[in-house]
Order: sequence, then structure tokens, then C-alpha cells
Amino acid sequence: MSSSPDTIARREGAPSRRDVRTRQQALATHRWVATPWLFLAPALLVIVCFVVGPFFSTVQLAFTDSLLLKPGEFVGLRNFERLLGDARFGTAMLNSTLYMLVVVPFMVFLPLVLATLVSGAGRFMGFFRTAAYLPVIMSPVIVGLIWTNLLARQGLVNEVFGTLSVIAQPIPFLTDRWLLLFSAMFVTIWMGLGYYMVIYLAALANIDPALYDAAAMDGAGRIRTFFSVTVPGVRNTMGLIGILSSVAAFRVFGEVYVLTGGTGGVGGGNLTMTMLIQREGTGLQAQTGYAAAISLVMFVVLGALLLLQLILQQRQANR
Amino acid sequence: MSALDTRAVVTGSAGSRPPRRHRPGRRRGEAASRAGRYIALAVMVIVLAGPLVWQLSLSLKGDGDDLYARPPQLIPTDPTLQNYADVLDRVPVLQYVLNSAIVAVMAIVGNVVGATLAGYALARLRFRGRPIALGLVVAALLIPIETVIISQFLVVRGLGLTNTLIGVVLPTLIAALNVLLMRNAFAALPDELDQAALVDGANAWQRFRHIAVPQVKGVITVVAIFAFVGSWNDFLWPLIVLSDESTFTLTVGLNRLRGTFTDDPTLIAAGTIIALIPIIIFFATLQRFFFKGLESGGLKG
Repeated sequence: MSSSPDTIARREGAPSRRDVRTRQQALATHRWVATPWLFLAPALLVIVCFVVGPFFSTVQLAFTDSLLLKPGEFVGLRNFERLLGDARFGTAMLNSTLYMLVVVPFMVFLPLVLATLVSGAGRFMGFFRTAAYLPVIMSPVIVGLIWTNLLARQGLVNEVFGTLSVIAQPIPFLTDRWLLLFSAMFVTIWMGLGYYMVIYLAALANIDPALYDAAAMDGAGRIRTFFSVTVPGVRNTMGLIGILSSVAAFRVFGEVYVLTGGTGGVGGGNLTMTMLIQREGTGLQAQTGYAAAISLVMFVVLGALLLLQLILQQRQANR
Repeated sequence: MSALDTRAVVTGSAGSRPPRRHRPGRRRGEAASRAGRYIALAVMVIVLAGPLVWQLSLSLKGDGDDLYARPPQLIPTDPTLQNYADVLDRVPVLQYVLNSAIVAVMAIVGNVVGATLAGYALARLRFRGRPIALGLVVAALLIPIETVIISQFLVVRGLGLTNTLIGVVLPTLIAALNVLLMRNAFAALPDELDQAALVDGANAWQRFRHIAVPQVKGVITVVAIFAFVGSWNDFLWPLIVLSDESTFTLTVGLNRLRGTFTDDPTLIAAGTIIALIPIIIFFATLQRFFFKGLESGGLKG
């Protein structure tokens, strides 16, 4: 990154007068002091006004009793005390955490299996890769609507089960609290497989082919090869995907929102953290101070995960 | 893709290697494992693409179709486009599409221009305060949008931009991730490129515009694609900012299909297919960039 005019000048031996001039010119990448800041201005303006600034005001708001229509006063930790006794916060925390715990293992393993299946140049592999990636580019809202149709009382899934006489009664995928949560998790996995698959494909391409040859020579079967060559070869990527998918799972919003029709489920039983923030912090009755406190809790959880990711990425880059 | 193709030797199972000729049993095993592979792939396609195909089928079913027939029928017996006409008639879907398109274009332009400029300064210009600027960008990357969304709303409200498309696009007009992507792209260019231009007396803008930018067109494309997909699919933020139907983006508008047509899956299906057409065309045309973008480290968390 750092341009190195110094080293270039030095390598050329004793500086003639011309070299000195070149060197002075090269040292200054621009003539006017403000030039870099002009380049940076639009980006920094947006980032400071809409991301970094709001972060600090969220921290500040979290310790006030502000409402949308009424600026509040400093109340210390009262918002956080209230959180501890708020059943909906407990539900949201539980749902988002469960979401993470259930979804992440699938996101780490299934896409790897998919990637091994579609890697290589077999016929149709390009088609399979595209098919797997298609759900990724779709909005959670569209995906939610599609699965609302499929999982409805008389949706395709229930009709297929009914036809096969597996069930006597339609399964209440969209009305039962736990079934709805697991349905949403399934939808999230369905949407995300292709994304992580592509990341794995890149990692697979970096595994030394000689290792596969050696495994074949030793008579290792497909499954054995998968566990003793492929999995160790993508271990770093697995860690990365574990964290990426944890963060994504904890933030879940769109799928659950649409599957519950925006209600958060019967009695709010399917609220997630993001849904709770959206609920508490918007609308005319918005309790912005309280919503900021919820945001801060969420930030701490996600921040820890993101930091872990950065460290992992750094370690990988240094390899 | 070529890097992936080299692995055909490994995972593909054409039995052309000498030792295998002596082991017919092994070859039969290969054929079975190859069949197994394609069966697994077929299951994958059914699970991943099946729901879309079913949705398309539903959207074309007419009055003569029994939606709840057992076994379910994939091919409509009474095909019609009436569902599409009905949805367009009852919900201003085209207005939503237009709004989404406006937001997406602004997001693409903002991200491409803003991130490219900032990325260039961070990578190729040396100035006091660069670590601070870089620190701000990295910090922004570490702040999940959900956790600041209430404050973002207060800012946009303070600017009087709620219920406007500008208000929708502002917070993601230039994403920190894209700035870092561009910075890395510019940083990877050889130093000699700048040296030569400096000797010729080119100023920062000229070097940026005529020397650096043409070298990173691939990454700019990736940034544009991410900006488009991100903006087109965004839901939480527009849901918070927009309250007037005439300003709804596609995701916010379609979300209401769930409530409006609960009893008529064919209408919901038609609505989703309309919404999917632009993004699928977009994906089909620019497919190779999607995969390239992900591989080049454009990880969106």
C-alpha cells in the first residue's frame, strides 16, 4: 500500500540533482493539502452522519427516558433494569439466540457439502451453482411470501404430506409458536446456503490437489476424503462462516416478520431482537430511549462476534 | 471459475487413470458414487428451485384449477394471466418497482462514486490524518445497522426526510464495506503506476481518473452489484422510514400482500413473481460478477 519512492531513489545510488527533484515530487502525492479530504468528504460525511454519529447518540439515548415526541432526561441504568423484567425482551433474546444456535451448524456444514458436490467441471455444474445461488439474491420479504404460501394450512407442504398420508391434520407451521420459529429458521437456511457455498467454493479451489491424489492412492473413499482432506483444508473458512452466519442469524428480521405477518407471532412469541427494536423504537408512541437500550445490548453481542471475525480474518491474511 | 475447474481432475470421476483398469470393482463403485452425486444434486435443485417453480405455477392457475388438489398439480389446467392483472390492479406494484429502482440507482451512483474516491485517497494519497479516516471507516463496518437504526431514524426525521426516497437511500448511500473494497483494490496496484504519472506532472485527480480507475473496473462492478442487490432487497430501513403508500419500495409494498390477500395464494404468487423478474434478469446477465465478488472478499455480514 505505502508507495515507496524512497527505496526507489535509494536503489539508484548516488542522487544526482535530477533524482533529488524526482524524489521531492514523488514524496508529495498531491499539491494541495485539502485534496485527500475532498476525495474522502462524501464517504466520511455519510459514515459519520448515519453510522458513527448515530452510534454515539444511541449510547447516549440508552441512558435517557426519551420518547419520539419528547426529549428525555438522564435516568442512569433504569432502562436496563426495566429490560431485565421485560418478558418480551426475554422472548426476543431467547428467540434470537436459539436462531443462532440452530441455524449456524447447518450454515457451516450444508454449504460445504453442497460446494463439494457442485465443484469441478462436470456437466451442468454451472447450472447447479446458479440454482443454489438464486435464493441468495432474493429479498427476505419475497422469500417469506413464497414460504408463507408453501407452509400455509393448505399449502404445498401440507398437501404433499396429506397426499402421502403422513399426517392426518395439517401441520400448523405458521401459527404454532415453536413450529413458526423453526419454519423461519428453515427459510433462513434455505436462503443462505448458496451464499456460504460460494465462499466454500473459493476455499476448495485453494486446497492442494496433490492431497486428493494421495487420499485416492491410499484408497480413501469419498466420505473419508471429505473428512480427512476437505474439512481440514477449509478449517479457517469454516470458522469465518461460523461467525458470519452467527451474526446474520442473531440479526434476523425479514423472514420472521413476513412469516408472522408483521405481528411477531401470537402474543409476540416470535419476536426477535431486531423486531423488538423496530417495535419499540418506531411509530408515534416510540420509546426511543428504551429502544436504544435494547440496541446497545444487541450491539454488545454482535460486536463481540464481529471482533472475533476480524481477528480470524487477520490471522488468515497473515498466513 | 477456471480455478474451480482444475478440480475436475479430483472430484470428477472419469476413470482414465491406469491403475483403475486393473480394478473393475472400483470402477463400478465410481459409477455408483457418480450417480449418488447427481441424485444429491437433483434433490438440491428441487429443494432450492422447487419453491420458485411452484410459485410460478400457482401464479398461473385460474378458476378452473383446484388449488388444493391431492396430489398437488404442478401444471395449471386452466392457465391464465388474470392473477397478474388483478395484483397490478389492486396494488400499485409498478409504483413500488419504480420507487425501488430510483432508490437503487441512487445507491449505485453514491456507492460507486463515493467509495471509489474515498478508497483512492486511503490507498494512494499520503496525508496527515489518514489513520483517523481509515479508523472511521473500519468502525462503521463494525457497527451493525440494526443497532443504530433508531438514531438513524431520528437523524433523517431531523432533516425532514421521512417518507421520502432520499431518506431511504441516505444511510446506505456510501457503505463502509465498499470503501474498504475499493481501498484494497487501489492498494494492490503497483507503485510504478503513480511514479510515472507524477514525473509527468499529473495531479491527484488526473492520476485517479485516468490511471487508477481504469485498473479497478472489475471491483467497481462488484461494488455496483452489491449496492443494487442490497438496496433492492432492503426491508427494515424502508419499513421504518416510509409510511405513505406512494413512496413504498417494492419490499415494503409487497409485505402488505401478506395481509391483503391472505386467502388467495395465487395473487401472492403473482406479486412475488413480478418482484422477482427484475432481480433474476439482473442476476442472469451479471452472474459471473456475483461469484467473482464473493470470492474477492466482498463478504457481507
